[in-house]
Amino acid sequence: MIKMAEDVKDEQKMQSAEPSAAENDSAGPQDMSAKIQGTVGRPFVDDAKIKMRGVNVFYGEKQAVFAVDLDIKENEVISMIGPSGCGKSTFLRCINRMNDTIDICRVEGSIQLDGMDIYESKLDVVPLRARVGMVFQKPNPFPKSIYDNVAYGPKIHGLVSRKSDLDEVVESSLRRAGLWDEVKDRLDSPGTGLSGGQQQRLCIARTIAVSPEVILMDEPCSALDPIATAKIEELIAELSENFTIAIVTHSMQQAARVSHRTAYFHLGNLVEVNETDKVFTNPDHDLTEAYITGRFG
Amino acid sequence: MVALAFFAGRSRSLAIATNVGGIPYLNSLPFYYGALTAVWCAIPSLVVLLIWNFADNYFISNMIVAELPESALELVEGKKDLLVNQVYNVAEGIMPREMAPDYIVAASERLEVILWWNRMLLAVVCLSIGILGSLFVWMKITPKFKARLHVEGVFLGVLFVSACIAILTTVGIVFSVLFESIKFFTKVPITEFLFGLEWSPQMAIREGQQGSSGSFGAVPLFVGTLLIAAIAMIVAVPTGLMSAIYLSEYADRRIRDWVKPALEVLAGVPTVVYGFFAALTVAPFIRDMGIGLGLDGFMTISSESALAAGLVMGVMIIPFVSSLSDDVINAVPQSLRDGALGLGSTRSEVIKQVVLPAALPGIMGGILLAGPRAIGETMIVVMAAGLAANLTMNPLDSVTTVTVQIVTLLVGDQEFNSPKTLAAFALGLVLFIVTLGLNYLALHIVKKYREQYD
Ligand SMILES: Nc1ncnc2c1ncn2[C@@H]1O[C@H](COP(=O)(O)OP(=O)(O)O)[C@@H](O)[C@H]1O
Ligand SMILES: [Mg+2]
Repeated sequence: MIKMAEDVKDEQKMQSAEPSAAENDSAGPQDMSAKIQGTVGRPFVDDAKIKMRGVNVFYGEKQAVFAVDLDIKENEVISMIGPSGCGKSTFLRCINRMNDTIDICRVEGSIQLDGMDIYESKLDVVPLRARVGMVFQKPNPFPKSIYDNVAYGPKIHGLVSRKSDLDEVVESSLRRAGLWDEVKDRLDSPGTGLSGGQQQRLCIARTIAVSPEVILMDEPCSALDPIATAKIEELIAELSENFTIAIVTHSMQQAARVSHRTAYFHLGNLVEVNETDKVFTNPDHDLTEAYITGRFG
Repeated sequence: MVALAFFAGRSRSLAIATNVGGIPYLNSLPFYYGALTAVWCAIPSLVVLLIWNFADNYFISNMIVAELPESALELVEGKKDLLVNQVYNVAEGIMPREMAPDYIVAASERLEVILWWNRMLLAVVCLSIGILGSLFVWMKITPKFKARLHVEGVFLGVLFVSACIAILTTVGIVFSVLFESIKFFTKVPITEFLFGLEWSPQMAIREGQQGSSGSFGAVPLFVGTLLIAAIAMIVAVPTGLMSAIYLSEYADRRIRDWVKPALEVLAGVPTVVYGFFAALTVAPFIRDMGIGLGLDGFMTISSESALAAGLVMGVMIIPFVSSLSDDVINAVPQSLRDGALGLGSTRSEVIKQVVLPAALPGIMGGILLAGPRAIGETMIVVMAAGLAANLTMNPLDSVTTVTVQIVTLLVGDQEFNSPKTLAAFALGLVLFIVTLGLNYLALHIVKKYREQYD
């Protein structure tokens, strides 16, 4: 699946990534278990949109994320990679407090959005989630019409008062999600009737209809075929002009293609954050290198 | 004897096995040879036994009738059955010998002899069939004989027959109800039954008695049934649905672990208990309250009321609606809830706008499944709703239902062919058709719903 999408675009980056993989093949397996001490690279930026310090996440007794410090800049695309079960989704879900829905989940540390502590006890999560939208791994359109799927968010947040305004929001959201031309004649048919890729773009349209500032994406392409994946990746590039995007992906090629910075997680620790080019050509940490050269994952 | 056949078959196969070089050279394990021999011993004799038991009455009666003197037969004129019954009664000592005419006594003695022979013959025939059957298999046992396949086949057959029994019984009941109903409709026109407004099924027991013609307009029963069922649904659907929503969306684990079993216990209470609760507690309370509110000036208030029966029936159905809705709500994928929450919905928005619409078809199915239970419920209405076939929409008045009338029509001594008895079958047929229809519709909807999320 990745191979094909890879051929479509960004061959450049991958080619530059491969030699380094070959070079470092000699690193022994003992390097993989190298002690993780803090985060190497550039986790901090000057004008952070989201500022996270000392984030620990527990599921009951079990800790899933360990003392993560990370800044996310306005209008950047940051991707999070790492072996499965390393806490990427858990960490991502902290940013709009989706972990609140899991009873046993507990979050420590501070996360600030534009200087506002989002874990403050009195904070209402409803407006927060309107500012920080989320796209999930499996496309999950509501069992409503395409129109109503997109109109759902603006309606519950009272963003529009007139029907004509709502029509406009729906159309522009679908356009920005690259879905308008495919569905404009059947806005009344159910969203669940679309193909997987279309459903995922519908979910993206649904998210941007609320005009969030940040969009979190948790493996948005893992259920899609290569062509649909390529479309979503293109879309992410366009969206980054207006939104701050944090994307979890299991595909390193995808991270390389869409993101400005890449964060590598390992067993709940944030090991390395760097410019994407650097992570894939000359990573600072041995674990990162071992992962991107495919020695585990 | 069956066990004997089993061991005979097994030992023979073992004997043969040693001849050809051991058990592995047999087509099947010795157990199967034994089992097949046993099966051939048991099943044919059982079949003969069954047929015999069905048939012998007929032959014996005929023999008795042949025995009776012409004069006696002429006396009763075509009612041979009565005489034969008398003969049986005398033979079994139910009727004292002294009271019966001589020829009956003679016939009864003859009958005893015939019965004795009948039993003997049956025993001999069955035994010999059993022996023949086992012998037949016993002879066929060779190393190549595929006893295993045959035994598997028999096993399959037994399972199939068991499966058929339930279906065939149902079909049988349906047909008997259907035929009796048709008989009823030859006496009372179907249009009168379905559209008549007056129900008073009392038939004269003697010819020419006063007020001898009953009237069989079932509309008051249908209205009463629907009224009570509607009240029950008005109680059960919102309560059940809301408790399901609470349990599946809000309640934490500890509460869930408490409330769910409690609801299931509620579902296990026998309806007769609900019945006397309705009759002794709820109905008087409602009557007193109606009078207390001064409603008796405007409408009849009876001590047995549709409202009492409906309320209690509603309580009875709550666990049913609640557990069905709970299942359906839980089947709504978590990803939909996450999607809605991720857009900044509140919990109640998620439920109202996403979970309930997604679960609606399944919930409708659950409600439709609850309907037949309300319509078919008998005990509560017998005790709390009354017997008077009032055509009324007043929930404080006493009404009667289809099930109640079936009970009252069939309780007590009845001549089997009177329209009164047959009316019960016609009512049963209506009930059957309605509940079957609702059930079918409900299951269809629920199935459609399940497919949607698979
Ligand atoms: N709902 C949950 N309850 C308990 N443990 C969980 C839950 N979700 C995730 N975990 C645990 O947290 C760890 C990180 O999981 P996750 O964030 O899903 O990893 P990733 O997305 O990187 O594959 C895993 O060990 C997983 O078992
Ligand atoms: Mg994940």
